[in-house]
Amino acid sequence: MAEIVLDKLTKRYPDGALAVSEVDMKIADGEFIILVGPSGCGKSTMLNMIAGLEDITSGELRIDGQRVNEKAPKDRDIAMVFQSYALYPHMSVRENMAFPLRLAKVDDATVKSKVEEAAQILDLTQHLDRKPANLSGGQRQRVAMGRAIVRNPKAFLMDEPLSNLDAKLRVQMRTSVSKLQKQLATTTVYVTHDQTEAMTLGDRVVVLRGGVVQQIGSPQFLYENPANLFVAGFIGSPAMNFLPGTLENGQLSTGLGALTLSDRVRRLAEEAKAPREVIAGIRPEHFEDANLMDDSAKSGGSTFTATVDVLESMGSDKFVYFTVEGEAATSAELDELAADAGSHELSDSGSQLVTRLSASSAAAEGHPVDVWFDADKVQLFDPKTGKNLTYAE
Amino acid sequence: MAVIGGSTTGRKVRWTIVDIAIVAYALIPVLWTLSLSFKTAESQTDKKFFPSEWTFQNYRDIFSTNEFVRALVNSIGIALIATLIAVVLGTMAAYAIARLDFPGKQVLVGVSLLIAMFPQVSLVSPLFEMERQLGIFDTWPGLILPYITFALPLAIYTLSAFFREIPWELEKAAKMDGATPAQAFRRVIAPLAAPGVFTTAILVFIFCWNDFLFAISLTSTEASRTVPAALSFFTGASQFEAPTGTISAAAVVITIPIIVFVLFFQRRIVAGLTSGAVKG
Ligand SMILES: Nc1ncnc2c1ncn2[C@@H]1O[C@H](COP(=O)(O)OP(=O)(O)O)[C@@H](O)[C@H]1O
Ligand SMILES: [Mg+2]
Repeated sequence: MAEIVLDKLTKRYPDGALAVSEVDMKIADGEFIILVGPSGCGKSTMLNMIAGLEDITSGELRIDGQRVNEKAPKDRDIAMVFQSYALYPHMSVRENMAFPLRLAKVDDATVKSKVEEAAQILDLTQHLDRKPANLSGGQRQRVAMGRAIVRNPKAFLMDEPLSNLDAKLRVQMRTSVSKLQKQLATTTVYVTHDQTEAMTLGDRVVVLRGGVVQQIGSPQFLYENPANLFVAGFIGSPAMNFLPGTLENGQLSTGLGALTLSDRVRRLAEEAKAPREVIAGIRPEHFEDANLMDDSAKSGGSTFTATVDVLESMGSDKFVYFTVEGEAATSAELDELAADAGSHELSDSGSQLVTRLSASSAAAEGHPVDVWFDADKVQLFDPKTGKNLTYAE
Repeated sequence: MAVIGGSTTGRKVRWTIVDIAIVAYALIPVLWTLSLSFKTAESQTDKKFFPSEWTFQNYRDIFSTNEFVRALVNSIGIALIATLIAVVLGTMAAYAIARLDFPGKQVLVGVSLLIAMFPQVSLVSPLFEMERQLGIFDTWPGLILPYITFALPLAIYTLSAFFREIPWELEKAAKMDGATPAQAFRRVIAPLAAPGVFTTAILVFIFCWNDFLFAISLTSTEASRTVPAALSFFTGASQFEAPTGTISAAAVVITIPIIVFVLFFQRRIVAGLTSGAVKG
């Protein structure tokens, strides 16, 4: 049980690489915090600094109000679950889980009862005497969790703990991690690359880019009010659509035609002194098949007609892909996101648009369809700074 | 199927022949020595593979002389002590090389490689002079020291390869579990490095045990003369008789500790001990 405070925490590796830059964060007692960001953005480095496995270059780390910069990992009373699990191969499951207790010189009877209790929680009782080599991936993962929970540490640190599991097991373990954390109410810092884990697990999400915190907030808040292009593009799957646009007298012209912004959006854009050239961001679910809506519902938005490139029916709804004519939106943030996702935009004749339409839509591949989108849900970004011009605090 | 079966049988036969040839090539001189050691003095030169008349006389002879027994004690003592020290020092050095980034690491690795490649013959005379000055000529330390020097590069190389195999994260995990660096090393790293340590110990022991060059040059009496050197001082029953039988018997005797050493440690060299440490 502990409150962890990061005060201008900075890490510069000996080779000069700045991995984490002036991170300010306050993690409340019992809170579940998620660190997300593309690979190489400094998530593991930050976690290792909290753990004490990496030296802190500058800034201060406080646990329960006490400066711990100089403390060895063992004196911080923090447990860690590694991406690779890092189980001791020469020890049985029981010995693996008992290891932290043995080091703490806990008496045999207590060790036994604590290990058995943890095994019970994690459903490992019948595997206690096996070696890690003879366990499945999911079981190994649970042993790693068990080793962390046996000694009731002040905080848990987890570095992509589920990324080595297959998809189905990952979903299963995700819910058990969530339950476990609620049950134990231990402060947890969880690093992930996974959209779903970021959105579902934590109380708050921290988005990192190049060692700099982009935004901190609840998953829902980050989704609805991204502070900049990077957060907007990173949070959400499928990702937000970005289109270059021109703003003139409350009118926005994009590859989807001209659109009258809602009063709310226009006011925010004016307050933020929006430039003429902007990037418009629209989430896939803010589109709808125009033929399914009555005219009054359509008044707050704009309708365009386009030919369906690809249609993916998910049962509950349909993902429909279009190509929008004109230039694709470009910015440093978007390039970085594309590089991380491994998808370099190849088409030079327009950009791809992803929409999520009702399952009852009659859209068909190769045929044109009328699509409506909500003018009030359009977000505007400054192409130079990436800042969200319609950010509502 | 039949074709595939036929070709695998053919391959098996070919490999069996190659294997037998290699084993025969390696073992015939050993077996010949064994045979000589059981032959009587008169039948040494009868050119028969199996002794026509078996005798233990050669063994009785070598153990009845103080010369051989004393050399055996020297050999065992010197080789064991040198092995122990070289492996302990080598373990620490290899661990540092595999794990830490310290200034001069490349130089250290280079120098130890240089030592391994240095022709030992060229060091014999200076060593002889130095040891005489220091008063350790013809003593156990006088042999243990050069053995450690030349065994260390070997030990460091073998061991650092093993250390590199051990996932770094295990040590971090131990630290997070509350271990001091010493505890992490003793309870996690050392048990996992054990196969490497035993392999290295075998190699170093064999190197020390078999050495002839230093043993003959840096000793002068029974005080520290090891078996390979002592063998060259064996004499026949008379001036006109070669001591072939006793030398063969002594050669067989000094092979036994190596076989025992290897068999004993082989059980501990469990391959893939680190499997299951990481990933799913
Ligand atoms: N030991 C190291 N020495 C130098 N640079 C490092 C070291 N470890 C990580 N880095 C660099 O620091 C940055 C952040 O790395 P890391 O924290 O591992 O990222 P993430 O976990 O988010 O993928 C990367 O650019 C990486 O190259
Ligand atoms: Mg990482």
